Amino acid sequence: MTTATLPTRRDEAWRYADMDGLKRLGAAALDQWQVIDVPAGENLTRCLVVGSDAPEVQRLRVTLGEGASAAFFVVNRGGDYTRFEVEVRLARAAHFEFGGVTIGGAAVTREFVTQVTHAEPEATSNQIIRAVHWAGATGNFLGEIKVARHAQKTDAAQDFKGLLLEAGASANAVPQLEIFADDVKCAHGATVGELDEQARFYMMARGVDPATAQRLLVQAFIGDAFVALEDEAERERLLDAALAALEGAKL
Amino acid sequence: MLEITNLHASVGDKPILKGLTLSVPAGEIHAIMGPNGAGKSTLSNVLGGKPGYEVTEGSVTFRGEDLLALEPHERAAAGLFLGFQYPVEIPGVSNVQFLREALNAQRKARGQEPLSGGEFLKLAKDKAALLKMDMEMLKRQVNVGFSGGEKKRAEMVQMGILDPAFAVLDETDSGLDIDALRIVGAGINSIMRAPDKAVLLITHYQRLLDVVAPDKVSILAGGRIVETGGPELALRLEAEGYDAVMA
Repeated sequence: MTTATLPTRRDEAWRYADMDGLKRLGAAALDQWQVIDVPAGENLTRCLVVGSDAPEVQRLRVTLGEGASAAFFVVNRGGDYTRFEVEVRLARAAHFEFGGVTIGGAAVTREFVTQVTHAEPEATSNQIIRAVHWAGATGNFLGEIKVARHAQKTDAAQDFKGLLLEAGASANAVPQLEIFADDVKCAHGATVGELDEQARFYMMARGVDPATAQRLLVQAFIGDAFVALEDEAERERLLDAALAALEGAKL
Repeated sequence: MLEITNLHASVGDKPILKGLTLSVPAGEIHAIMGPNGAGKSTLSNVLGGKPGYEVTEGSVTFRGEDLLALEPHERAAAGLFLGFQYPVEIPGVSNVQFLREALNAQRKARGQEPLSGGEFLKLAKDKAALLKMDMEMLKRQVNVGFSGGEKKRAEMVQMGILDPAFAVLDETDSGLDIDALRIVGAGINSIMRAPDKAVLLITHYQRLLDVVAPDKVSILAGGRIVETGGPELALRLEAEGYDAVMA
């Protein structure tokens, strides 16, 4: 099956996408779905750094068996339109963990799009997204959570925070909850703010130069997204990849 | 060491300091007292270089250098320490990481080699012990979840680690109970009481001065120093109040 045509901004899931970037990428790329099945009781962890100098769309379709878990930790620091998309279906008592950071400037759109379907009871999901942008860049998180009618005791959470280093950058969070069961917990939150000037001055008053102060504060800010990642070396690799993108950011 | 001459400073459009002149030589602990709204915190913020405080006239010379021309981190590297009245919480950054970055940034600016992780931890441990602070506290996030007293004690540990030539301490005694006050006072004495160091100690109360024993006391009112004397001036203020002493 081919899509043949490109989506438009009228499609909810493409509302904040970079249509020019998509056009340059071509419609065919949107048919490339990576399919991942995690069998019952098994665990999967993936740590990824996505983005290059060309438009990029990565689409994952994940199925979690009973009691299975999947965790994705992703740094999206593309130099052109970069979209990372996950559709996940959770069976009974499965767990989905997503930690994502979009970071960058250069008037580029970087986005995460997730669709988490709690198809059976007692499954849990947790998504933590941090967006750090400057120089006219945009960071998006479109997160859809669907809870099926009989998926009681679902516990789903998504948390988005944007940090804009200068005027002109933007962050969009679109939580979408579709809940058909009645005994569930679904939490979502979204905030967008600036760097804490008090903290920055406090650090500088102790001798920390402005670039280092910014790096420390950004590191603390995005660190939330990788808290659930137990592999310390991988966590460091992702943080380094994200912070390297900060070079040259507005101080 | 610190020469403030005819300093005028505003916050927004509001003039707060109106011709403040003060000289603090090396070896001196100089207390500044004054009623609410006199400009005490503005003075410390101007000396630290906090954004939003505009100097409209006058000069500040620190060890012969134009202090006001320096960025806040350059002031720190030059040997100035600003003790905050309200130390800032920095979630996600540990005290150890923060202070090691700060100390090594200062050392780099002064052309010194950075301290290794091990060397830094040993130094931090010594200074924490001096202020009777548990080393575990230093591994926690900067000031997050610290009580008011713990924050002030942590400020003094920071001062001990950074070892400045000059400290401006803005109401370091506020929020301290009696025991903590003694510990913090003793910390100021042991870290800063030296012939080549000096302190500007901004306070409301005599009780810290009982422990630290200033060489000089000045009264700041209406944005200017209106009177300077010895330690007896603080005792008179405590007994009679600002209105009577300044009348």
